[in-house]
Amino acid sequence: MVPLYMYLLVAAGMFCIGVYGVLARRNAVAILMSVELMLSAVNINLIAFWRYGAPTLIAGQVFAAFVFVIAAAEASVGLAIIISIYRTRRSVTVEDVNLLKG
Amino acid sequence: MLQLNVQTIAFFIFAIFALGGALGVVTSRNLIHGALYLIVSLFGGAGFFVLLSAPFIAVVQVLVYIGAIAILIIFAVMLTRSMTGMRELFNSQWWVSALVGVLLFILLAVAVIFPMWGNSGSEGSQPKSDQVATTQDLGVALVDGNQYVLPFEVASLLLTGAMIGAIVIARDTTED
Repeated sequence: MVPLYMYLLVAAGMFCIGVYGVLARRNAVAILMSVELMLSAVNINLIAFWRYGAPTLIAGQVFAAFVFVIAAAEASVGLAIIISIYRTRRSVTVEDVNLLKG
Repeated sequence: MLQLNVQTIAFFIFAIFALGGALGVVTSRNLIHGALYLIVSLFGGAGFFVLLSAPFIAVVQVLVYIGAIAILIIFAVMLTRSMTGMRELFNSQWWVSALVGVLLFILLAVAVIFPMWGNSGSEGSQPKSDQVATTQDLGVALVDGNQYVLPFEVASLLLTGAMIGAIVIARDTTED
């Protein structure tokens, strides 16, 4: 099989691209998509460590399943917030959302 | 060392899907294209799960991520008309962000290839056994009182709360 570190490198690359997207994009929907990328990279890491480290136990797959649950909840609530912001501010650019700025 | 067989070739194809899609997500100006790139990237992830002999997780990735979350994002893009009228793609701190991303990747790559604990990355990186827990084991573990039944119930509560919360937040309050 492909050695473990290659999976880890690909997952690290996906995670770092996601970090860049979260920090640099101006559109809130794009930021949410980058967060999804980061969660997916973490899932690849979990499954890879499970397969190479403890394949007879089930904990790795269970953890990945819970990451899916968190990702679904995060996406639904995040997109609802974005739509609500769009209704009041007519914009989804994060720099326009500064009501809480002191 | 790497042997050139079907698994290795499939790994590299899925790696190109995952990384190329990820790059497309953060650089595409049109957000619909970004969402489609996200689907490509998540599909690459599902291929990894198949290669890692976790077929159930791969199917869940396709159903939940590609089938639900990506479609939800496309709906949000269309509802907010956010792909038009975007003057600049990145904010003023984009080069600092790129620096942070590259430095983080270098740190992670060094830590993966030259780990300070245990075996180094290039040796001892094969699976410990060919015996793999099956999807049946996963199903039993999720409802077994001695294993993961409590987190499972908490997860279902969280999903219910997120669903109700999303409806309440996104509801149009101007009409009533």
